[in-house]
Amino acid sequence: MKKSNQLVGLGFVIAFIAFVGISGLLFILALAKEPSVTYAYAGIVSCMLLMLVFSLAKKTSKTLKSYLNNAIAILIIIVIVYPLIAHNKSPELFPFLGGVSFKGYTTGIFILICINIVMATSLNFSTGFLGQLVLGHAGFMAIGAYTAALIANILFAAGLPIFFVIVLSLLAGGVLAALSGIIIGIPALRLRGDYLAIMTLAFAEIVRIIINNLNFTGGAQGLTGYASAQIMGLSKETFSLYVFFTMVICVAFLVLLARSRHGRAIISLRENEIAAESVGINSTKYKVTGFAISALVGGIGGGLFAFHMGFLQPSMFGFMKSVDILVMVVLGGMGSMTGSIVAAGVFTWLPELLRDFDEYRMVAYAVLLIVMMIVRPQGLLGVKEMSLSKMVRKIRAKLLKQSDGNLMEGGDE
Amino acid sequence: MENFIQQLIFALRIGSIYAVIAIGYTMVYGIIKLINFAHGEIMVFGSYFSFLLASSGLNFIWVLLISMGLTAILGMVMEKVAYAPLRKAPRLSALITAIGMSFLLQNIMLLIFKSEPKRMPELISMTPFEVGGVLIDPITIITVGLSVLFMIILQIFIKNTKPGKAMRAVSQDTNVAALMGINVNRIITLTFAIGSALGALGGILYSLMISQIYPTMGIMPGLKAFVAAVLGGIGIMPGAMLGGFIIGAVETFTKAYLSSSWSDGIVFLILVIILLFKPAGLLGKNRKDKV
Repeated sequence: MKKSNQLVGLGFVIAFIAFVGISGLLFILALAKEPSVTYAYAGIVSCMLLMLVFSLAKKTSKTLKSYLNNAIAILIIIVIVYPLIAHNKSPELFPFLGGVSFKGYTTGIFILICINIVMATSLNFSTGFLGQLVLGHAGFMAIGAYTAALIANILFAAGLPIFFVIVLSLLAGGVLAALSGIIIGIPALRLRGDYLAIMTLAFAEIVRIIINNLNFTGGAQGLTGYASAQIMGLSKETFSLYVFFTMVICVAFLVLLARSRHGRAIISLRENEIAAESVGINSTKYKVTGFAISALVGGIGGGLFAFHMGFLQPSMFGFMKSVDILVMVVLGGMGSMTGSIVAAGVFTWLPELLRDFDEYRMVAYAVLLIVMMIVRPQGLLGVKEMSLSKMVRKIRAKLLKQSDGNLMEGGDE
Repeated sequence: MENFIQQLIFALRIGSIYAVIAIGYTMVYGIIKLINFAHGEIMVFGSYFSFLLASSGLNFIWVLLISMGLTAILGMVMEKVAYAPLRKAPRLSALITAIGMSFLLQNIMLLIFKSEPKRMPELISMTPFEVGGVLIDPITIITVGLSVLFMIILQIFIKNTKPGKAMRAVSQDTNVAALMGINVNRIITLTFAIGSALGALGGILYSLMISQIYPTMGIMPGLKAFVAAVLGGIGIMPGAMLGGFIIGAVETFTKAYLSSSWSDGIVFLILVIILLFKPAGLLGKNRKDKV
């Protein structure tokens, strides 16, 4: 019944979108010089408008509306950010940003931010949501990175299109990392708190040493010359889009999962394991699942890292890497995906900004970390999440209230 | 056979260093349930102090005592500045502070001493002697002797003196200990001082062993000492000693008989295996959670 209601206005909506999309496309075509980018833009903008119309339509369900709103926000981000990274040769495009100049490495930073967001949110899933301190996330990252690199080599040599090479090898990396997450997760469940943390630390070190000693991984010298983004002929700008959308998919997956029934079960384990078990939540099952999912996404992040770097060394995935990711999660707020995203962005960019004060950079970073913990131990955001649909609802409610108020005042007069 | 004994002596040497460092981890953990990640850096600070003092021409005993004292002060300052404000905070933020402290100390050392390795002066130069085909370096005897000596002193201190008793009380139950009139803050500071001093001892002995010194040298021995503490059951002092010697032995023998590049892996693998069968460490007791 409800569904048929939704479909009533569809014909009109589609016609409207087609009109807006085509006119937008023509408008942008008229402005642009670079056709391929322009088409992409036109596509994105018309997509956005389409979603906006759907989201504004009264009959759309609440959940769908929030999905659409978020999708629009993501597209807006890419529309704003992409020119910043793609047109980094002409900084005058964005005079309002003042002294910020976009040199060649901006794209690299953008890619790194996206990768770190994937890593931080995935670690947050096991540390913040499941409540198990993991000190070896770099181990999963290493597994994902090496697997993706080696698989991509095979697939690329087999002549698959680049898109499939990237997607399949990322998935392969993720799946292998998830399997190892299960392998480490089942025995680790016997342990509590710090012992579990040490177990994961030991696991990551073992992974690193195994990679260090195997032949096909290149050993300590590292793996070079595999089918990375550069070798496959992807420009940094195009690759950054791959990274961005992979990041979006990963984060959306984690957020939706955390909000689902299973996600709530996982959070309940964090809050009180015994109470959760007594209401019938299978703690073993959910712990292993949580671990595996965190590892899966971490492996995908590692795969992105492999494509981005072009060379891999076991020493990249040492204990310090795990700590780096953990610091992002904790500073952002454990149990807040938004926090992880913000912290990953800030703590990837901040060291770059402070590059001029190279000698004192790390000292400042460390002091910041300590002060932050003393002043605000729950992290930047605690367990709060930013929710777009909630914001929209709030703004709408405020507007409505205001207009109500105006009416009332008018009535008084 | 001779080779085996030779390796055993190496194992004792490195094991006693790990044990001394591990005690610092385990003491702090026993008292405030914090994994003090900065302990590895404290240890390096200790060896830099000794490096500076030795360069100025003091003899070994004074170098040792003064740098242990200075490092103890450093440990106390660190505790007061960074950890004391976080007594009531969630445990993980204390952990992150420790990681931040570790970063900070490491980078301060990088600023002051630069990243190039420096040659550690030979504090004691004695020629190795041979016993039944086994070559023994006097520094090995000194290393093992000093470590064991300080461990015994520490045991006596903890078992028989008033502050030692207070320390054990605080580690059992902080709140009740406070109710019994123990100044908990002072005990925690004391723990950090002792742990740091022992860390300095371990650092000096370690840098004498590898005969060089650089700011990031604390990471690996720190990590392994930590593993040793966990292996023996973190928070339990004899456990840390046992764990240190086990880790030292495992590392040395894999290096000698299997492969040097796998030795770290085997160390961690053994940790994993032991934790699987004894989830609270070798000497730890498994406690059930109560509702």
